[in-house]
Amino acid sequence: MNILVCVKQTFDTEERIVIEDGIIQEEGVRFVVNPYDEYAIEEAIRLKEAHGGEVTVVSVGPERAEEALRTALAMGADEAILVDDPRARADEAAVATVLAAVARQKPYDLILAGNYAVDDGSGQVAIRLAELLGWPYVATVIRLMVADGRATAHRDAEGDIEVVAAPLPLVITAQQGLNEPRYPSLLGIRRAAKKPIARLRLSDLGLAATDVAPYTEVVATFAPPAKQPGRILSGTLDEQVAALVDALCRVERVVS
Amino acid sequence: MARNVWVVADIRQQKLRQVTFDMLGAAQRMAEGGRVTAMLIGHGVAELAAGLGDHGADEVWVADAPQLASFVPRAYLRVLAEAASRQTPDVVLFAHSAVGKSLAPAFAVRIGAGQVSDVTSIDTEDGRLVFTRPIYAGKALTKVVFIRGPMVVTVRPNNLPASTGGAGKPGRIVPLAVPLQPDDLVTLVQEVVQKTRAGADLTEARVIVSGGRGVQSAEGFQPLYELAEVLGGAVGASRGACDAGYCDYALQIGQTGKTVTPDLYIACGISGAIQHIAGMSGSKVIVAINKDPEAPIFQIADYGIVGDLFEVVPRLTQAFRQVLGR
Repeated sequence: MNILVCVKQTFDTEERIVIEDGIIQEEGVRFVVNPYDEYAIEEAIRLKEAHGGEVTVVSVGPERAEEALRTALAMGADEAILVDDPRARADEAAVATVLAAVARQKPYDLILAGNYAVDDGSGQVAIRLAELLGWPYVATVIRLMVADGRATAHRDAEGDIEVVAAPLPLVITAQQGLNEPRYPSLLGIRRAAKKPIARLRLSDLGLAATDVAPYTEVVATFAPPAKQPGRILSGTLDEQVAALVDALCRVERVVS
Repeated sequence: MARNVWVVADIRQQKLRQVTFDMLGAAQRMAEGGRVTAMLIGHGVAELAAGLGDHGADEVWVADAPQLASFVPRAYLRVLAEAASRQTPDVVLFAHSAVGKSLAPAFAVRIGAGQVSDVTSIDTEDGRLVFTRPIYAGKALTKVVFIRGPMVVTVRPNNLPASTGGAGKPGRIVPLAVPLQPDDLVTLVQEVVQKTRAGADLTEARVIVSGGRGVQSAEGFQPLYELAEVLGGAVGASRGACDAGYCDYALQIGQTGKTVTPDLYIACGISGAIQHIAGMSGSKVIVAINKDPEAPIFQIADYGIVGDLFEVVPRLTQAFRQVLGR
């Protein structure tokens, strides 16, 4: 079974966001594999271990994304592809178009991706990719079983679980709880360092600039309004509780 | 500029979720003389169409079929594509919900459109629509515009001013018969396991009582459930509590997990890691209960009680019971 995993490198979720002149600053920031993509990578490797085949990881991102691909290789992925071209990531539609071109280069049985990226959080790319390929998809999956060319996926739907059966080829987006991603072993890290990473341009994928022309444009990026410091209640516990109940019911009017 | 605006109704357990009315409110403001069309897709959902006219829908298109009883993406897409062949939409609003998130991007591909996800505000600047959305789970905001094509948008619940009715439109109901192909039905929902407690819909809840590592165990969440019940709210959790196995990941709030914006967020035994704060700092009023006066959660709380949550929460429940007569 051949599996393609879509990977994005993101800020560590503990990072603060610094914006200068409308641009998010990357200096000194710790980057990680998008946590949801990590579940996707882990699941792909487990499926490979159970069924054989190869795992290819792909990222549409800047040069630094190589590090995320190396992490995936160290976890156990076999091949890595980086498409580093600013035009390729102009918006979600562009990224999906590029990924579809990558997916068509080889016969894959399954494509796995994170349910969303913790930076832009738009959650579009994997589903757009499925539709571009004409494949079915199941989103926010917390359990996946594959056998005989079919998959059964447990999907998180607002806290309820939908048990979905679907044929391969299929696109799956990973939700938290799907698995516990492994840490790369030292041997894995050493091996990954030596593996080649295929670097592709749009032209290598048979794409022209017009194929990835964006539909949307970000016109401003800014910090949210600062939260006013609140007050720590004082007095006995009963007094504090009474003051809080009164404030929430009468002043804030958020309880009724 | 007159626009045809679609609102794809968000339905959960045969009921319209409140976000549908948030979307209808936005649609009325955006249409500017164009038509507002509500789309109802499901089985046994036809009766939900009544009254949507008063909330601003000129027409309600209803696709009601047994095969649509559960969410089957391609079948739902077929319905929307059929609708699009009858009327070209300028704007299509989906909820940023389990169904909307999964459906909107594929529909955007089908109609050759861009998409802006998880929108919290819609404004008009120089005649064009500008969509505001949080990124990095609310640590920053962006404004996004469409360069070309129809506008597909997913809307975060609890943020856009909802329609309160009174539009006085007839809301003509149009049945939409869609011949579904075998290819539309290749994914099959075999079973739905309802895990969450009744009424505990985190992303739509007006009140959330949330627990962290300080709750110490799965049983420790019981007083939080009791407080949530009195307040008509839902229970959430921090990543620490989920990782420790105190509760299901479905309850997790944060940059990984759900982003929530309730009217009232009560954080119990949550220290306030950056990644948790990112998921809840948009709440209208934040209350923190924590033993540690230095806990970062107090920096963003509107009201703080320094104390043991197992003493504070039950007393709070009791006090609300008295005041609210429950």
